[in-house]
Amino acid sequence: MSTIARRTFLGRLLAWWSNPWGQPRFLVLFAWAYVLWSLIPVAVAVMFGFNDGRSRSAWQGFSLRWYYQDPDFSVLHDPSLRDALVQSLKLAGLTMLIATPLGVALAIGLARWRGRGARPANFLMLFPLVTPEIVMGVALFLVFVHLFGFVQLGTQAQLLGHVTFTISYVVIVVRGRLFAVGREYEEAAIDLGASQWQAIRMVLLPMLAPAIWASLMIAFAISIDDFVITAFLTGDQSSATIPVKLYSAARAAPSPALNALASILLFASMLAIGIALSVMRRSRKKEGAQGSAVEDFARLEL
Amino acid sequence: MSKQADERGVVGERRWLWPSFALPGVVWLIILFITPLYVIFAMAMGTTDPIFGDTLPVWNPLRWDYATFGEVLNELFTGQLGLVFLRTLVYVVVATALSLLIGYPVAYYVARHAGRYRVLLLLLIIAPFWINYLMRMLAWVNLLSTDGYVNQILLFFGVLDAPREWLVGKHETVVLGLVYGYVPFLILPLFAALDRIDPRVIEAARDLGASPAQAFFRITLPLSSQGVLAGCVIIMLPMFGDYYTATLLSGSPKTNMISKLIEQNINASAGGSTGAALTIVLMVFVGLLMTYYLYSVARATKEARS
Repeated sequence: MSTIARRTFLGRLLAWWSNPWGQPRFLVLFAWAYVLWSLIPVAVAVMFGFNDGRSRSAWQGFSLRWYYQDPDFSVLHDPSLRDALVQSLKLAGLTMLIATPLGVALAIGLARWRGRGARPANFLMLFPLVTPEIVMGVALFLVFVHLFGFVQLGTQAQLLGHVTFTISYVVIVVRGRLFAVGREYEEAAIDLGASQWQAIRMVLLPMLAPAIWASLMIAFAISIDDFVITAFLTGDQSSATIPVKLYSAARAAPSPALNALASILLFASMLAIGIALSVMRRSRKKEGAQGSAVEDFARLEL
Repeated sequence: MSKQADERGVVGERRWLWPSFALPGVVWLIILFITPLYVIFAMAMGTTDPIFGDTLPVWNPLRWDYATFGEVLNELFTGQLGLVFLRTLVYVVVATALSLLIGYPVAYYVARHAGRYRVLLLLLIIAPFWINYLMRMLAWVNLLSTDGYVNQILLFFGVLDAPREWLVGKHETVVLGLVYGYVPFLILPLFAALDRIDPRVIEAARDLGASPAQAFFRITLPLSSQGVLAGCVIIMLPMFGDYYTATLLSGSPKTNMISKLIEQNINASAGGSTGAALTIVLMVFVGLLMTYYLYSVARATKEARS
């Protein structure tokens, strides 16, 4: 290959491709192509939420029409879209506040308890993680209709259902930290005269704080993202969350406002996860741990 | 006195302390997870109300009525239901195989060769986890619509002569949706498994004369097989329970999966019993996957503990 050809873009690309000492070229291209393929469709969907026209396939200029400007069909002014947004935020907020304390206590109990009941309790905690969502959805729907009739389908049933499947995730997040912390600090506190309860409150819980913050955010994100269980427990349209709304309207009544609504959901979960990641990162930095919080996070997913 | 109490706290703390921490969560899961599972059985083996025609649950296992369950099994082996079941199986197996073909090279690259892009790539690979599944499907509904970008691009390059109706009962669209939806969940366990492999083992194989391909097939692949298995199970479980992908991307009875029938029956007033029976069939069918997953998670816990 001549030196002139090497200066052109194609020439450089060819030289890069045929360099036997570099990274495996095919893998580089494949991995980045995958990332683009996995994110571009979503980026396009977000983009059309900002479209000035009614179309979701032809770009007609940027506007916030579908977010709040349109007096009838924007997310802010269409009651069915606005209600879905409010319902999603309300449900995720309440779920986070109930599931996190339950999950943190369960994680501490399971990590320390060595008795006969510990193994079955541990399996009980893992079970919801491996059960297909549709099975849980059907089960919860039937239990609220036929056994716990005092629970109304709608917000009440949705909240109970969301807490049920979120607890286990909180346990997983907190448990990792518990194993890392070990028992030495608490034992030292007790040796120095603290009561068991003081040791938990003044030593263990502060050390768990980053994991507790992270699990609050993860509980929020998991709850706001859920579709199947929510759909089974939604009574009438007034308690539909954003994912339920997306499901019912994606084919029947699509409009850029739906894209805008989905984008708001995306921003909300990204924000929650961003906070969780930065909390984990800060606590790692303080302790001078190796690696990155993102890698920890990647290994966390079961 | 206080000294004694202190020592008890260190060596053998009060027996009920730790179980009482676990108690609220355990009670919650028994009432709202185990009990509901039992209700599925009580409904599937329930009786029909003589006046209204809807199903009433029967709580006593000795009085269970297996008529509906028998009908469902009969349909499964001889009727229409068997076809839906077979279709679900084919979709899931094809989608899982394609996901593996896409996911393995990506996970391999990130774990072994990404270098300074490693954290960035991981972040981008985790991102779809937190983008709502239905939004990701909505994105494809936009792209695959008759005047959408996919048709525009294919027409521009002359691959198609006329716009194709991607969203009406096309098997390939549903499989594409499943692959797109679940690949990220496969990549992470693969990444974790590949990342654990000690690179010196592969170097040793190369030093001892193995070609790159031999080193891959005889060292890397076997050492990552746990991750491959775990990843496949992780994506197959929700795929068997998936009814929304096919509904959104095809919306035709021709592409219904088994869970769609569960959803339809449960939401119909007289279908409670059939829906519950179908759910049990699904649970039995994926029971093996669930058990494997449960034990692998429990084993990981044990390793983390020690």
